[in-house]
Amino acid sequence: MTDSRLEMKRRTLLMTSAAMAASVLMPERVFAQATPRRGGVFAVHYGAEQRQLNPSLQASTGVYIIGGKIQEPLVDLDANGNPVGVLAERWETTPDGKTITFHLRRGIRWHDGKPFTSADVQFSAMAMWKKILNYGTTLQLFLTAVDTPDAHTAVFRYERPMPLNLLLRALPDLGYVSAKHLYESGNIRQNPYNLAPVGTGPFKFVQYERGQHVIADRNNEYWREGMPYLDRIVWRVITDRSAAAAQLEAGQLHYSPFSGITISDIARLGKDPRFIVSTKGNEGNARTNTLEFNFRRKELSDIRVRRAIAHAINVPFFIDNFLGDFAKLGTGPIPSVSKDFYPDDNGPQYPYDKAKAMRLLDEAGLKPGAGGVRLSVRLLPAPWGEDISLWSTFVQQSLGEVGIKVDVVRNDGAGFLKQVYAEHAFDLATGWHQYRSDPAVSTTVWYRSGQPPGAPWTNQWGWTDPTMDKIIDDAATEVDPVKRKALYAKFQQRANSEIPIWTPIEQIFVTTISVKARNHSNTPRWGSSTWHDLWLAE
Amino acid sequence: MRILALAGRRLAASIPTLFLILVGIFLLLQFAPGDTVDAMLAQMGGGDAVTAQQLRQFYGLDLSVPARLGQYLLRLVQLDLGFSAIYGKPVAIVIAERLPPTLLLMTAALSFAFFAGLVLGVLAARRVNRWPDTLISTLGLVFYATPSFWFGLMAIVVFSIYLQWLPAGGFEDITSLQTGIWRTLDIARHLVLPTLTLGLIFLAIYLRIMRASMLEVLNLDFVRTARAKGLDETRVVVRHVLRNALLPMVTLIGLQAGTMLGGSVVVESVFSLPGLGRLAYESVVQRDLNTLLGIVFVSAILVIVVNFVVDLLYARLDPRISAGG
Repeated sequence: MTDSRLEMKRRTLLMTSAAMAASVLMPERVFAQATPRRGGVFAVHYGAEQRQLNPSLQASTGVYIIGGKIQEPLVDLDANGNPVGVLAERWETTPDGKTITFHLRRGIRWHDGKPFTSADVQFSAMAMWKKILNYGTTLQLFLTAVDTPDAHTAVFRYERPMPLNLLLRALPDLGYVSAKHLYESGNIRQNPYNLAPVGTGPFKFVQYERGQHVIADRNNEYWREGMPYLDRIVWRVITDRSAAAAQLEAGQLHYSPFSGITISDIARLGKDPRFIVSTKGNEGNARTNTLEFNFRRKELSDIRVRRAIAHAINVPFFIDNFLGDFAKLGTGPIPSVSKDFYPDDNGPQYPYDKAKAMRLLDEAGLKPGAGGVRLSVRLLPAPWGEDISLWSTFVQQSLGEVGIKVDVVRNDGAGFLKQVYAEHAFDLATGWHQYRSDPAVSTTVWYRSGQPPGAPWTNQWGWTDPTMDKIIDDAATEVDPVKRKALYAKFQQRANSEIPIWTPIEQIFVTTISVKARNHSNTPRWGSSTWHDLWLAE
Repeated sequence: MRILALAGRRLAASIPTLFLILVGIFLLLQFAPGDTVDAMLAQMGGGDAVTAQQLRQFYGLDLSVPARLGQYLLRLVQLDLGFSAIYGKPVAIVIAERLPPTLLLMTAALSFAFFAGLVLGVLAARRVNRWPDTLISTLGLVFYATPSFWFGLMAIVVFSIYLQWLPAGGFEDITSLQTGIWRTLDIARHLVLPTLTLGLIFLAIYLRIMRASMLEVLNLDFVRTARAKGLDETRVVVRHVLRNALLPMVTLIGLQAGTMLGGSVVVESVFSLPGLGRLAYESVVQRDLNTLLGIVFVSAILVIVVNFVVDLLYARLDPRISAGG
């Protein structure tokens, strides 16, 4: 709690000082700012180019940051994190949870002028979400059909009960609709519209120059009256983080999403009155740093050794000295920002206690050998971020102090996934676990046994726990929200008492944005949302 | 006719080399853990095993290594560079798109380095061991020893953030799409800082070579003869020394043609330029074999061509060297 309070203080301070500076320098503008200004070009940092831009086919922030302005989902999240209709106006479910009906908004047209209908929803769900979209394939595994009684009604039929809340929490990310008439012929993956998306959203695709930029212009026919405010959005491809920070300062960029610049630049620009640096608007993209254990290594399958390792690492010290204000102590796979599922009781935690760690290792029969070494392990850090690299070094040094010798083996992205999740060639691994609004979307797969080898970010630890499997399976089809929450509390407690993976740090991505931008960061997944109400002050 | 024969011989000699390079890189990349589907899953942030399997089929990764290598070489003979996994279009088009910025940047940087190096080298040699020489040589060393990313970032801090004279990155201004002469000027403005950053590193090399070569030639007999027959110093340097001292510089240009097409990953990243260096780097990280091999293939061909031109230039600069010899 102290961390988030600090963060709040810092943010309000920043915003207040920026507002004060503005009112002193240009008093006449303070009042004018209440009414949105039309026009302007918003420049966005685009760090890692993807292979395509269609969010119906790929669920990742790198796609949403562009495709999410051009195409729209059935449902999005509002300021309080509750589902709110976008292409769907309202919805209902049957008591058995096997039929969910969406009533679609009328009078919407695709950017090419064709009307948007329930056939588009049917096509997207059956041919894209169920067959191609990552995480969508798991979510819609038991979807058997989408009926279209009329052009504005889509009825989703499931073989097993689908909790309405789960679907509504997942659809903002996994419910983008593509135009059937553009995709029904040919191979979907090779469709040229994947790189020149056509949607119903507030911005129309204009140009994509690989390695340089993407441009989208205002959609004058957009269904929300008088919106959007911006004339154009440009995404600049900048792979070097320091260069991105320099472009922000030079005024060539307005916004760097998802912690796109270095930790030190985030701290520096946080003190600059021209920018707002905050985690607000990214609550839907919470992640935890992990420590993953390979149970095929006999010593690590011993719960005492795993607990000893957790006790040996001083996590608060690491957060204070390396990560700064935007990270806090993790309490389990379900992060504290998850209002719907964060339990009152998280189960056992592992505070820093070196003596206890050594005692546990002794009990497990790992006595210090030559040079005080009890055990040698290989740690594979994922190359996703600076924090993982720092954390792996910290783990190495901390474990060294209790007699566990750690070799850090660094790989690039493809190499890391292959070695950890396909070949299981690791003892310890560390990376990010991304929490996506509901534990059933991408969290429980880290714990459910029976995952095929090669599926990244799943239980590849060689850990099988029937109790855990039952909790996960029951929760996935439980339609009563209260009972579901209780099951996920049990899930969290079990995850923490067995620690097949340990989730010691909780982080939310940091946004760096110009103070000129208005109506930003106003939903939990703002970076991915449509930006229909975003505007730029003079 | 003799030139054509020479060209033919050169080309024939380079085919085995080219073949070895391509096969070598193909095999080398097989040793890197993970394939392009792993890289794609890493980028997406997740995916299930079925998706991964579908994707492997889609990219033709379900075949054996020899089968894939055979397929690739067979296509190459037909001058088909294949399909790029990360870009979703033919490799030839991907490379063609990246060539203009790379060539523009590298030609500008090399020309700058060549001419500045030439002038500074001559100046240093003329005042050898006196303060201009010391100053020039020290500066050269400093430029050479400084990492280019630091140079680039400092140039951005000074010229883009504080002075706001030049853009901090990118190839052209995209907030307002320009055409004609304005677009050319805009691109030139964007290339000033990258050219200087990249050029300063090359500069040091050319400067040192030029200085050494000038000093060597200045001590030769024919220079003494030229002086003895009463020519003034400027004429001696320009007409007699410079021409002879240029040979090693030309050799160096030939050698650096390869670097030229390879681009500079660091400078391209710092200034967000869409060059071939970044493309090659990305292809490795994304395990996009076709694109990487395509870049190697095109670079190799360019190196062969440039070296051929350099041979011809030798003959022009020094008639004693016969291009055929």
